[in-house]
Amino acid sequence: MAQVSIRRIVKEYEGGVQAVKGIDLEIADHEFVVLVGPSGCGKSTTLRMIAGLEEITSGDIAIGGTVVNDIPPRDRDIAMVFQNYALYPHMTVFENMAFGLTLRRFPKEEIRRRVDNAARILDIAPLLERKPKALSGGQRQRVAMGRAIVRDPKVFLFDEPLSNLDAKLRVQMRTEIKKVHQTVRTTTVYVTHDQVEAMTLADRVVVMNHGVIEQVGPPTELYHRPTTKFVAGFIGSPAMNFIPARLMDGGAAMNVVLADGITLPVPEERGRRYAAHAGREVLFGIRPEHLTEIRPNDHRPHLASFQAVPEVVEPMGMETLLHFWLQGHEVCARVEPTTPAEPGRPLPLAADMSQMHLIDPGTERVL
Amino acid sequence: MSGASLATGGVPAAATYHRPGSIRRERRWALIGAYAALAVFVVFFLLPPIYMVITSLKSSAEIADLDGNPWLVSQPTLSNYWELLTEGNFLLHFRNSIIVTAFVVSITMVISVLAAFSLSRMRFWGSGVLATGVFLTYLVPETLLFIPLFQIIGGIGMYNNLWAMVLIYPTLTVPFCTWIMIGYFSSIPKELDEAALIDGANHFQMLWKIFIPVALPGILAATIFAFTVSWAQFLYPMAFLVSSDQMVLTTGIISDLVRGDTFAWGKIMAGAIMAALPPLLVYAFLMDYYIAGLTAGATKG
Repeated sequence: MAQVSIRRIVKEYEGGVQAVKGIDLEIADHEFVVLVGPSGCGKSTTLRMIAGLEEITSGDIAIGGTVVNDIPPRDRDIAMVFQNYALYPHMTVFENMAFGLTLRRFPKEEIRRRVDNAARILDIAPLLERKPKALSGGQRQRVAMGRAIVRDPKVFLFDEPLSNLDAKLRVQMRTEIKKVHQTVRTTTVYVTHDQVEAMTLADRVVVMNHGVIEQVGPPTELYHRPTTKFVAGFIGSPAMNFIPARLMDGGAAMNVVLADGITLPVPEERGRRYAAHAGREVLFGIRPEHLTEIRPNDHRPHLASFQAVPEVVEPMGMETLLHFWLQGHEVCARVEPTTPAEPGRPLPLAADMSQMHLIDPGTERVL
Repeated sequence: MSGASLATGGVPAAATYHRPGSIRRERRWALIGAYAALAVFVVFFLLPPIYMVITSLKSSAEIADLDGNPWLVSQPTLSNYWELLTEGNFLLHFRNSIIVTAFVVSITMVISVLAAFSLSRMRFWGSGVLATGVFLTYLVPETLLFIPLFQIIGGIGMYNNLWAMVLIYPTLTVPFCTWIMIGYFSSIPKELDEAALIDGANHFQMLWKIFIPVALPGILAATIFAFTVSWAQFLYPMAFLVSSDQMVLTTGIISDLVRGDTFAWGKIMAGAIMAALPPLLVYAFLMDYYIAGLTAGATKG
């Protein structure tokens, strides 16, 4: 068990392409950190540099206080789970899990004990004598995790481990991974492009884009207090709506004025924060779940109502998604399934202004 | 079933109007066609060996008799086989062939497995050019190579020496076997060696415990190739070996059994059949394993 320190690491490929542009990250002992971002954001490269599968162009990576830049993967005391499982096809499940221990010359009884223990945690004890080709996708994923667990390493590295599974199994294995981490408490770095996985698994989420870290924080913080437009749009599903607007100083309170005359009052407590931006163009950001139907006796403060004409209505069962146009921008709202929404029929909606964000369109930073 | 689905797949619109049983009928005709084509093939390739067996069972007098039917044996005899096994150098040539082939196959496999592993996995400066270069060497015909090789072999004093064959044959087998194996090793997912690296394997352990077992079908294919080439090699022993005690089967049979314009046809055929037995056994034994390995690797995911 150990902490992982990443200091100003850069990965530059031949031809000068920088995949990772000098990032800093401290991962505490026992922590579950998820690196998330779109493809090509540098998350996998970062993970592979921690693993030692990719050389570091500059900067330092330390595991448990030791700088590992020049230490080969086998001596870093890490275990990795790959997207395509990477099970050895000619070995049984037992041999797959025992391989790392056999190479390290562990005594036979110790190997047996550890493999049995991991098989029990992962519920794969009856499969130990099978070959990987006789396993389902979910079972293979468990074996790959078992291979990591038996090693009892300092750090677990997961490289998009659930991407090859179908939707249902993915949810199931997600829970499984969380359970395993709660049992073994090994420091974990997990890479995914799926923000739902990131939110549900992580103690802290690291959002990456174009080789830099956009924001690091616990899932709820990223959700409620994103610092950049990218994070605001990346975290949450369906994604946050962004509508160009102007911030107007209305004397007693400030207002967000959309171009077609819709005026939405800014909560008073935010007035000071936005004072410097009065009169400027901003991006008004609000999540679909904060654009709802108007409920009778709704006592939420800072509700602002406006009319919308849904173009598409998507009933999801537990909720209904409405898509409509505001100033040439498609906007999504999330309403109760009982709401009588029909395409083309105007419907009053309420924006919860206490949950909105204003973004500087120039710097793309949240104000 | 694939035949049937192919047949209907070609005419998706018409499939709706197929009469009941028509898919099965199409499949039957496809099978009949396949059997007919295969039968022609089998007859064409099996006739020469059958003629060899028939001739080998005849006495010299019966072979020379122009009145009899050449496809029938009137007085079958095993004397051709018996004389080959008890008189002359046939057994010695057989032994020489086995020695040369065993050494050549071993040397080839060691060199080409190591070469293929490094060329396909350990990216180093010039590895791409080297891989192509290996293949290009294979394209140089042996008929062009044996003249310079003659100089080299003569220069190191190995003319008319069986062991010169062990030295020369790998120039034919190594490039091709390396090429086959580069293809096989390249098809092994990169994550497999990364997993092995993280599990604690060094490059040699990775090769020995992961690559060789996983690429076994490819290695067997290469082994069969190396075996066939060195067992059947004719030009080099013809050029470099002159005395009967150093000869291998291919040249031994014709040099000992053809005297001037006298051909001992019965013995030549008997010798050729016995010489063909080892490849037959190797193919029969390895082929099952080879195909089992192929299909095991085919179902991925």
